[in-house]
Amino acid sequence: MTGVDRKKSSLKDIVSKVGLPTLIIAGFWILTLVAGAFLDISTGTLISDTLKRAGMNGILVLAMVPSIQSGTGPNFALPVGIVCGLFSLVTAIELGFTGVSWLAVSILLSIPIATIAGYLYGKLLNAVKGSEMTIATYTGFSIVAFMCLIWLMIPYKNPKMGWFIGNGLRETIQLDGVGAAQLLNNFLRFEIGDFIIPTGLLLVFLFFCLLMWLFTKSKSGIAITAGGISPKFAKASGLNIDKNRIIANILSTVLAAIGIIVYSQSYGYAQLYSGPLLMAFAAVAAILIGGATASRAKVSHVIIGVILFQGLLTTALPVANKIFVGLDLSEIMRMVVQNGIILYALTQVKGGEK
Amino acid sequence: MQNTTGERLKNKKDSSWILDNIVTIIFIVFTVVGFIVSKDVSLNYFLNELTSRLFRNAFLVLSLIIPVLAGLGLNFGIVIGAMAGQMAIAIVRYFTIGGVSGLFLCFLIALPIAALFGYFAGLLYNKTRGQEMIASLIVGYFANGIYQFLFLYTVGAIIKVNPTHPMINPSGIGVRMTVDLFPVKDGGLKYALDNIMKIPFMWAVLIVSVFILAIIVLSNNNKKKKSKKTPMYFLNVAACTIMIFISVFSIVTNNSLMQVNKVPVVTAILIIALCIFNELIMKTKLGQDFRSVGQNQHIAAVSGINVDRTRIIATVMSTVFAAWGQIVFLQNMGTLNTYNAHTQIGMFSVASLLVGGASTSKASNRHAIIGVLLFNSMFIMSPDIGKALFGNALLGEYFRTFMVYGVIGLALGLYVWKTNKKSRITLE
Repeated sequence: MTGVDRKKSSLKDIVSKVGLPTLIIAGFWILTLVAGAFLDISTGTLISDTLKRAGMNGILVLAMVPSIQSGTGPNFALPVGIVCGLFSLVTAIELGFTGVSWLAVSILLSIPIATIAGYLYGKLLNAVKGSEMTIATYTGFSIVAFMCLIWLMIPYKNPKMGWFIGNGLRETIQLDGVGAAQLLNNFLRFEIGDFIIPTGLLLVFLFFCLLMWLFTKSKSGIAITAGGISPKFAKASGLNIDKNRIIANILSTVLAAIGIIVYSQSYGYAQLYSGPLLMAFAAVAAILIGGATASRAKVSHVIIGVILFQGLLTTALPVANKIFVGLDLSEIMRMVVQNGIILYALTQVKGGEK
Repeated sequence: MQNTTGERLKNKKDSSWILDNIVTIIFIVFTVVGFIVSKDVSLNYFLNELTSRLFRNAFLVLSLIIPVLAGLGLNFGIVIGAMAGQMAIAIVRYFTIGGVSGLFLCFLIALPIAALFGYFAGLLYNKTRGQEMIASLIVGYFANGIYQFLFLYTVGAIIKVNPTHPMINPSGIGVRMTVDLFPVKDGGLKYALDNIMKIPFMWAVLIVSVFILAIIVLSNNNKKKKSKKTPMYFLNVAACTIMIFISVFSIVTNNSLMQVNKVPVVTAILIIALCIFNELIMKTKLGQDFRSVGQNQHIAAVSGINVDRTRIIATVMSTVFAAWGQIVFLQNMGTLNTYNAHTQIGMFSVASLLVGGASTSKASNRHAIIGVLLFNSMFIMSPDIGKALFGNALLGEYFRTFMVYGVIGLALGLYVWKTNKKSRITLE
């Protein structure tokens, strides 16, 4: 979207300012939108779906900002935070909360759990400096697999969540049952024709963006950024880098936990078991598409990236289905775009040479 | 001062033996506990499963060794090699060329495809220096997207195929989810390699034990300078002798162990050939280049080695072997799961190698073979352990997944942690 606005200045300026990947994805998205219009797919529906999915995924993407800024790279261990969020979510259901109180309890419960998890995770990352991304990926994978055991053994008895026979929780939990599906989406929701604005969802997302932006401007936020840009310089100026890295990863983990609760209520289902396994990659790809690198990220990158990435995916699905009947091309495209952009970002990481 | 540091390091060496081998120890304990707890797993069933899994997976795991020695770390990107192997199999299957000739045609077709993929992967790893492992993981996911596009859409829509062919979807576009590879006698590839020659399991044990015993004794006699025989030497000799006795006893008395599935000789020879290749290549100029690049890229570059080229060669080799490994794997499975067969290969193979005691910078044939045995023992036992301890086989399966990821995370994490600690000590 920004690519279109700024077309007045010279082309080179735009490319260097916005970033090539951002422009390519934006161009591609506009192309699919135009194609959609020609194929009689309502542009209003496409845009409102995009907004809905951007708001849904937004906070998960926002969780990348503190970890990238602190120098630990994109948070590939996003599932650590996600399972904390899911755990508080099912606990809130088990305790019998419904509706708004369910949402509040889930979020309140998730914050301390995610703080502890984030602290331990930050400690781990400090021990494995230099290979954070690989270790983080496997930490995320391991925790998801470990939680599969927990979901299966947890002695929660609420019939809305259990299997019909035997112990353990269901793979997907319908949030309709606790009156929590699309809770935020429907708050102040309004429609113009087939154009639907999920106001509450977007407000929550923008609220967290604002908080994050304020944080990056705060003393602690600046200290974290300084440590991320130049660890030696920051250390020389008396900053405790290890502590800052831990704080950043606590923030990231807490945001991931809140993010999955917002995601689940919008989706209408909470996905347990292997659901969160690959969620980190989509979030990493989104912020990279927004113009972030593996060592530098801003809140604006989150907003641009999540709209472009989710926009492309939501638009491509119906369009591709009309052109290539019987083939799920959007899933293939998601794989190529998402992993392609991560690879591109990895080639831009400097250093690492022994 | 120097003396005390040396002593301290030495002390550390003793106490960190457990830490160095923690992953292997966990797996041994797990398997032993499994045998004690579970009642349904008979020794014969276990050995049947284990041998077939060994011959199925060993080649793939062995393909990981060269990149480790060349300093690229664990190449999760063997997934793209596996894709090349599957493409070759799909082509050969489409023209229904069966039997041994069909299989070798597969190897032949897979070679250039895998070499090309490996070349591109190598270029990428050169651009993502220091982050090769995460790059290799992601490149697998990335390639999977392209692979799906190729198999689901291009076949039929762009590449003209016979729409009534049993491999192709009824709509005429795309390859089916599962493709049957028919037994050899019906003109297929199933067991094309395994069934060339088979010998009873206990005979194989006997031959292997005698062979290992001979190697141990001979190599120890050759080293005349070091005539000191370590306890490990006696342990190995004793183990081999016991195995020889057990196998001779079984063969003579024809007891239940003789009913274990027969062993595919040619597959075993291929695996041994790759082991020997891995050994021999390290003795050539190229192998020395691998080693010096693996130890320090700067010094290697200064001493006139083309670092980038060496790293690409290592990746190409690994990818080609992975492609062949996947062909060996699939001819044993007998069906091609077009869209799933390759996805887990990288993860499982890396986990196997790590379980055998390898790390990001050291790996050998021994690690690979021990790793495959231990890792697959865990795989066979875990559903039964889940059932025996918690009355739920599903739990064992989840636990299995946890072990795979956990092992990789733990081994990699410990390695980085140790290197960081070491570099801090030297700095101080």
